Amino acid sequence: MKVILNSEQIEQILEDLAGRIISETPGELDIAAIGIRSRGEILAQRLSALLSQRLGKNVPYGTLDITLYRDDLNSPQGTGQPQVRTTEIGFDIDDKIIILVDDVLYTGRSARAAMDALIDLGRPKAIKLAVLVDRVGREFPIQADYAGYKTDAEPGKLVQVNLVESDGKDEVVIE
Amino acid sequence: MALIRKGKSFKWHRKHLLGLRELSAEEITYILDTAKGFEQISTRSVKKAPPLRGKVVVNLFFEDSTRTRTSFALAANRLSADVIEFTKKASAVSKGETLLDTARNLEAMGIDIVVIRHSAGGAPKLLSRNINACVINAGDGFCEHPTQGLLDVYTIRKIKGTLEGLKIAIVGDIAHSRVARSDMWAMTKLGAEVIFVGPPTLMPGRVSELPVSVSYSLDEVIEKVDVINMLRIQFERLGGNPFPSIREYSHYFGLTVDRMKKAKPDIMVMHPGPINRGLEMESEVADGRNSVILEQVTNGLAVRMAVLFLVNQAAAQGV
Repeated sequence: MKVILNSEQIEQILEDLAGRIISETPGELDIAAIGIRSRGEILAQRLSALLSQRLGKNVPYGTLDITLYRDDLNSPQGTGQPQVRTTEIGFDIDDKIIILVDDVLYTGRSARAAMDALIDLGRPKAIKLAVLVDRVGREFPIQADYAGYKTDAEPGKLVQVNLVESDGKDEVVIE
Repeated sequence: MALIRKGKSFKWHRKHLLGLRELSAEEITYILDTAKGFEQISTRSVKKAPPLRGKVVVNLFFEDSTRTRTSFALAANRLSADVIEFTKKASAVSKGETLLDTARNLEAMGIDIVVIRHSAGGAPKLLSRNINACVINAGDGFCEHPTQGLLDVYTIRKIKGTLEGLKIAIVGDIAHSRVARSDMWAMTKLGAEVIFVGPPTLMPGRVSELPVSVSYSLDEVIEKVDVINMLRIQFERLGGNPFPSIREYSHYFGLTVDRMKKAKPDIMVMHPGPINRGLEMESEVADGRNSVILEQVTNGLAVRMAVLFLVNQAAAQGV
């Protein structure tokens, strides 16, 4: 097990992501952060706090459950049995810049599922993808707009993002 | 994807839902938790999600039904399945085809899930042993109506938070009610205390072997229960004269405005529908502030989506 990011580095990355999002988004547009369950939800919450603080206006956040949109649901090789959870987005996504947040971008399949799930909820002005860790190994033509740490961890490895809210401490490790 | 999913390792492994008697409390809770995730599909702009895309669901109803059949059809549609409606009158069954032949023929067309209602208890089980498709019981004889039981406990849990320690009265024609049986299994497994209330002529045989208490007086029970589920008097099933007159039944076992005055202020009033207004329940009560009858219908949709999703998942993983 190797620690690739500690809590200060994670905090710094989120600050950087927030700065880049603000500099690239025209001020008159409304931003909202939507995280993919479950670690993306926590990161979206933190990012929305940073964005709200810097912009001096409320940037809402929500949680997206992508289980029903996964592409391996009907495949016997699927990664086990995902539990369906709730999507909790308490605002209208129409015409907003949606920052879709996940902890790790790897194959791109979660991001694809998340986009399909989002479009069933409305028509955002744009969807931008922000991730804490950008890992080599894409299977879909999807790239992050805002990526933090980049890694080329070998296929058999597990890139594990731990966060205070869910795991007791902030840390990214490769196992 | 989802390389970092931890959480509970519970795995749903049933490709049929035949009844609630055979389910554990953990399995029932898992269905209810899953149903929560399906509720919002019905409230958003695109009321559809893709998990059953390319699957075929057959509504195989040998008995009349409006609510359950429509609810299953809509649930399957919202999960992007194709739905075939099959009713007894408009099919080869009226030409003498047996249940198994009908089902095997449908299966030969490539169906994935059969939702069956039948007047013979055990018909869904018989079917599940003879075909490869998933089987969901939508009511069999006087045995079970598992999705009704699930939506009832879902509705109670949503409002009361838990079933643990609740007192629940199920009132009326218990003997002919599969709803009462499925309710009883689900409610008691989740920790509630169930009281069957009705005239002795409408109590099931060997009721003492069931995990319930029995009362022949609604007035004695009404004050102490948290939930009351009023069953429909099923005139189509009643033989003989189980009670002297409708008026007398209503007098002793109807949920009237007067009787409601004795109940706890937050009592939940339930009914599986369709209501005989003025018989088992007065209109003012059915439409009153304690009534959750229409919420039951709404929740039924989410619960049925969850059940369709779960049996299909179990089948996909080769159960």
